Amino acid sequence: MNKQSHVLVVFPHPDDEAFGVSGTIVNYIRHDIPVTYACLTLGEMGRNLGNPPFTTRESLPDIRKQELQQAAIEMGISDLRMLGYRDKTIEFEAPGKVKQDILDLITELKPSLIISFYPGYAVHPDHDATGEAVVEALESLPEKDRPTFHAIAFSNGHEEAIGKPDILNDVRPYAQIKLDTLRAHASQLAWTLPSLEKAYHEGNKEAVERLTIERFWTYPLKAEHSS
Amino acid sequence: MERINKETVQLHINEFATQEVYLHLETTNGAYASHFDESFFSASAYIRNAKITYENGKIAGDGPYRVGLKLDIGWVYGEGLTHFELDEEGRLLLAGHGPDGKLAIAMELSKTPFR
Repeated sequence: MNKQSHVLVVFPHPDDEAFGVSGTIVNYIRHDIPVTYACLTLGEMGRNLGNPPFTTRESLPDIRKQELQQAAIEMGISDLRMLGYRDKTIEFEAPGKVKQDILDLITELKPSLIISFYPGYAVHPDHDATGEAVVEALESLPEKDRPTFHAIAFSNGHEEAIGKPDILNDVRPYAQIKLDTLRAHASQLAWTLPSLEKAYHEGNKEAVERLTIERFWTYPLKAEHSS
Repeated sequence: MERINKETVQLHINEFATQEVYLHLETTNGAYASHFDESFFSASAYIRNAKITYENGKIAGDGPYRVGLKLDIGWVYGEGLTHFELDEEGRLLLAGHGPDGKLAIAMELSKTPFR
């Protein structure tokens, strides 16, 4: 997985990177491959506010912004972009707006690889809309200028529809950093961590796989003149 | 935030009456509800920065609480409210938090637009 020149990661919410991609990100950074993380929103509409509440609907974005910055530090990401969209609204933006932001990033960074969600198989409407915008951006480029797109899918029944992932990244050496990245997103993930961490250290197969193998599908972009 | 004190919240509601105020109203069962349970019918709504004026507003119930605001030509209604805060910007934040620690409803009033 280390033949990239620059990796662009595009997700809508702080913490979208933590479970599925943080080990892969750390691997690239450890191999001196620059990684840019573009995060579209600050997860303003997150539901985990505690009971008793530790924050409010209005203060949550500040917390999640700090958590995102801390997660970037854990992973070693020095180029973090916050694009200023609002949680739950990506699919309603004017057509082409998010696509253009992604095209601008591609023009600036010339990534060899983009990582985002697999449109249609990523559960949250923001995830699907983000993946769709990536596909639109890439398909508008001549094939020779297109970075590869590694997409993440996890909707119920996704493997029946799109098959098994063709990329399995072994991120075993980075499992601890991955846990630290998850921990950085404490406001949203703290409640899931103790049991995951315990299961991992006890060697529970599912927990170990979750922290040591990251799964991607190389997205089948349309040929240049087929649309 | 702290647990709703009905009398205190009623006084705050009165302070926002009869003037233009901005409303954030939201209910949510989470974007993953139907993913984790396919039989679950997911529905939620939010409105941010609706500009309203109410002539009277009231908090009702014994907890969780309900709040209704009577507009010139309509109503605003919310139920399931458990916590409140008058924040440092003078905004009245009401919220309903389930035993799972997740927000189920937010109902907020501000004299300046929410960011």
